[in-house]
Amino acid sequence: MKFAVVVFPGSNSDHDAYYAARHVLGQEAAFVWHKDTSLQGADAVILPGGFAHGDYLRTGAIARFSPIMREVKRFADAGGPVLGICNGFQVLLEAGLLAGAMLRNRSVKFQCEHVVVKAEQTDTPFTSACRPEQLLRIPIAHGEGNYYAAPDVVERLEKNRQVVFRYATAAGAATPEANPNGSVNNIAGLCNERRNVVGLMPHPERACELAIGSADGLVVLESAVKSVGQGAFAVAR
Amino acid sequence: MRARVFVTLKPSVFDPQGTTVAEALHTLGYVAVKDVRQGKYFELDIDARSADEARRLASEAADKLLANPVIESYRVEVDAGVAEVVR
Repeated sequence: MKFAVVVFPGSNSDHDAYYAARHVLGQEAAFVWHKDTSLQGADAVILPGGFAHGDYLRTGAIARFSPIMREVKRFADAGGPVLGICNGFQVLLEAGLLAGAMLRNRSVKFQCEHVVVKAEQTDTPFTSACRPEQLLRIPIAHGEGNYYAAPDVVERLEKNRQVVFRYATAAGAATPEANPNGSVNNIAGLCNERRNVVGLMPHPERACELAIGSADGLVVLESAVKSVGQGAFAVAR
Repeated sequence: MRARVFVTLKPSVFDPQGTTVAEALHTLGYVAVKDVRQGKYFELDIDARSADEARRLASEAADKLLANPVIESYRVEVDAGVAEVVR
């Protein structure tokens, strides 16, 4: 399958995502510049981490108006798999492709550490290869990952099983101690109602080889390969 | 024409930066400061024929870009400094 990795000015995890897709998983991958207007026939789109447009104004606020985002929205609306990682998640929130917004971390610090997240849903294109409730030890690296949505929106997300990843202890409990940034309900990642658009703050693409400390994140991109291979979340072209 | 746009977090949204600033002020002895809410301030120099037009344009800019309606609200003032648009 083919992954498209969108590159904004200030993206810094684009090469990590490309490397994981191309060299660890052996799939096709292509960089797509934010001013491009074609996703090059990709089967799945990754909005990578970084600091698009320097995070000026708000994280993701300028990036959402990049020309490629019109194409990403069209792809998402057609049911194609879209993954937003860290800054990419923030872009999806600003673009309205996912619900809610990000606040400054409760600690008011940029936090860079490995955390444990629980994959709570396995019916998304980025968790289809996960075992139910699988725990992933993957890194976070963000200053604004304190997920917020109005109480009625959070209630709807929970009811629709749209919370895909939750910060948890090593035993899998979503406790306040396991919450690194103050996110409401320990939310680390979520999906849209149609379940084809997924965003998460931790970096699975930076945990794809044991040599760098953890390979737990690989299952996220493996899931896309599995789902696309099964013809799920295919976009009519 | 000049429009001023004040963007602040909604009252229901926790403001970690404001809280940290309040704590710093307390450390400095300003115990009378009960709370701090941090926001953003924009000055827009607008080519408009009337104050109404400038106000409409500034509000549109705030709706589309300057504020995120999920967490923020904004207020627009034009020239005279009278609060005219509050959303």
